[in-house]
Amino acid sequence: MHPVKLIAVFAENQLGQMARITKKLADIHANIRWVTIVTSETLGVIKFLVDKPDLAYESLHAKGYTVSYIEILAIAVEDKPGGLNAVAECLARNNINVENASGFVSDNQAVLLIEVANAAAARATLANQSLRLLSEEEIFNL
Amino acid sequence: MFWNQATETIDRGSLGALQLKRLQETVARVAGAVPFYRQAFTERGLTPAHIKSLSDARHLPFTTSADLRATYPTGLLAVPIDETLRLHTSSGTTGKPKALFFSARDVANAAELCARCFVMTGMTKKDIFQNMMTYGLFTGALVTHYGAEKLGCLVIPAGPGNSEKQLLLMQDFRSTTIHITPSYALYFATFLEKKGVDPRRDLAIRRAFVGAEPYTEETRCKIEQALGVRVFNSYGLSEMNGPGVAFECEHQHGMHLWEDNYLMEIVNPKTGEPLPDGQTGELVLTTLYREAMPLLRYRTRDITSIIAEPCACGRTHRRIDRITGRADDMLIVRGVNIYPQQIERVLMSLPAVGRNYQILLDGLDDMTVNVELAEAGFDGHVEHLTKLQADITDRLRAEILTKPKVHLVPPGTLPVSEGKAQRVIDRRSL
Ligand SMILES: [Zn+2]
Repeated sequence: MHPVKLIAVFAENQLGQMARITKKLADIHANIRWVTIVTSETLGVIKFLVDKPDLAYESLHAKGYTVSYIEILAIAVEDKPGGLNAVAECLARNNINVENASGFVSDNQAVLLIEVANAAAARATLANQSLRLLSEEEIFNL
Repeated sequence: MFWNQATETIDRGSLGALQLKRLQETVARVAGAVPFYRQAFTERGLTPAHIKSLSDARHLPFTTSADLRATYPTGLLAVPIDETLRLHTSSGTTGKPKALFFSARDVANAAELCARCFVMTGMTKKDIFQNMMTYGLFTGALVTHYGAEKLGCLVIPAGPGNSEKQLLLMQDFRSTTIHITPSYALYFATFLEKKGVDPRRDLAIRRAFVGAEPYTEETRCKIEQALGVRVFNSYGLSEMNGPGVAFECEHQHGMHLWEDNYLMEIVNPKTGEPLPDGQTGELVLTTLYREAMPLLRYRTRDITSIIAEPCACGRTHRRIDRITGRADDMLIVRGVNIYPQQIERVLMSLPAVGRNYQILLDGLDDMTVNVELAEAGFDGHVEHLTKLQADITDRLRAEILTKPKVHLVPPGTLPVSEGKAQRVIDRRSL
């Protein structure tokens, strides 16, 4: 099972870059499942969840983009009232400090993507809990 | 008004005789006391006896900025170090700084020359002098400080920057005369405007000594209008005692250079060949009355020309025109001296920073440093970039004493040039 990772691109001019980057991803037939732009003053980072992360990384890097992987946790959330609450309580109980979080729903499956300081350690901690962590394969087959 | 009328209006014949006598003394002294010059004379087959007229000065060796560094710290001293009273340095663009020593007579003499300059602009002991130049190893403020004290003025050693405090001092003590760099003067004018302070109505400043960096006639007009002052152009360099080498009189047309203290030549900056009066070239100065550290034919790297026509003020010392350029790469931002190398040192000490950077000077006196991130410095988190940006800002501020805007950019996005990169882009409207 492969952990889920995002492709992060350091982008100066976010919208212009976004257009060029998504063109590159389209060229390699990578499907973007989720995207976010994080900005702070003049700084911007575009994060993608794509179904061909390694190919996307390589091709963007080859084009001169500054790219990095960000390993994240993809947590299955029951798509019903109280679903997210259960996940949040479990993370809090296990002292997992969430740096960034966002979610999306695909068919009947809700997914919470979270960034933590140490993804591998967090994964180990959550292994015996009732939460279900999705693998890279699973998330692309949703 | 004169500080020293006899010397300032000395007839050209007597001035020439005084110059020759002092040149001969200087040459004889360095031939005896400074191995650097003794060796240079030997190589040229030159002895002090060869200097029979002022035009023989062209046979003397040049002294360059590189020579001052190579002989650092005491190689050009002509007196034992315990005969010296003060040290100034001029920070180098690369490696070692230049050390400049003053004897007691030199300190007094530098003050005397500044007093002549100040009185030449109409300043009297009733004036209150707010010195907004950098104090410390840099000569800019201390030398003028002593000059204004000699004249008997109240001196406010404000130093550069901190505009709020400058304004407070001006309001509370009714400063009449300021000493400031052109870029800081423009910046300060904008600051006053934002504060709603009308200097003509609210302040007593009437005169500004502006120097330490070249500026245009347009800038003089801008400063005069914005600050309600008359601007007097000041020329000096640390190697020649700092300010007080040449200054504008009340006619504000060219700067009288004190020829009893300095022998001036204009040379072709490439070949070193002397050029006639009126032609533009590099100013070369020989100290005629310096005790601790006489310098022969110092290459100032400053580009100007000699104005030989007599001046209406009656001073016989010839004038030099406004400095139009300078080979030196020191920057002055908000009155603070900065070498691009200082910035480079800070940036290059951080592993997350890449190799390319760019210093942008904009608007009146705004500094932006564009910094390329190192490839390995990116981990996908914008928070880490923000933190690095803040860290670089703090470190630069500690090093250059002014807070630049720091802008991190992805690696490979700044322009690269063949050979020497153009690190500094100065778009200030000076
Ligand atoms: Zn004059």
